[in-house]
Amino acid sequence: MARAVVTVPPRAKRGEIIEIRTLVGHRMETGFRHDNLGRSIARDILTQFVCTYNGTEICRAELFPAISANPLFTFTTIAVESGTLEFKWTGDNNFVLNETASITVE
Amino acid sequence: MSTRREFLLAAGALVLTVRPNTSHATTAAMQEAIRKVVGDAQINRGKVKLDLPPLIDNGNVVALSVSVESPMTPTDYVKAIHVFNEKNPQPNIVSVQLGPRAGRASVSTRIRLADSQTVTAIAQLADGSFWQTSQDVIVTIAACAEEIS
Repeated sequence: MARAVVTVPPRAKRGEIIEIRTLVGHRMETGFRHDNLGRSIARDILTQFVCTYNGTEICRAELFPAISANPLFTFTTIAVESGTLEFKWTGDNNFVLNETASITVE
Repeated sequence: MSTRREFLLAAGALVLTVRPNTSHATTAAMQEAIRKVVGDAQINRGKVKLDLPPLIDNGNVVALSVSVESPMTPTDYVKAIHVFNEKNPQPNIVSVQLGPRAGRASVSTRIRLADSQTVTAIAQLADGSFWQTSQDVIVTIAACAEEIS
């Protein structure tokens, strides 16, 4: 089972811009490689990442085979209110991975 | 008679002269992928900052950061950032949708680069305008070069 590591500051001041780092354990097989018998290796990548903050979408990314294995993705958001950030990755072979992080805004 | 030194000088000169002209190095596939995103809109230069190491040892893991000059207010913000390459098997690298809630238009990730080439980042602003910047990179060990054994 793939694992995700999400780094969100546990507390922030209202209106502060916070940086969010996400890392997923995934091989991101491009589909352009061959095994030692010359057979093509099927593509197996993450294709989409979505982050919501208390239900509102704040960032969405479409991923391609050019993203390295174990995809790292960092972005920023404004800390508007305390609550939950939800992260969702989807990919080939019905891959779905969810992760959440909570933040306290004061 | 040609000496070893002369040969080396000549070989060096040859290497220098065959370096591709990278000022407008844009392949058809990348242009097509860009047109798919941009449509017929004009692409302006500037506003976008692409951060990539100029010399890359290992093309499998290349740190990439893109930031765009924008106040990120509810009316003036960056809607999307797209990154393209010329020489990987596919021209797209990543497409990110942002909004005013991002606070700053700044994203980073790690990418694969199959060869020395030009990487292009295009930002779409809320007013519909497109801005781009490109950077040339030299890759010594290409991604996708090694096969599974």
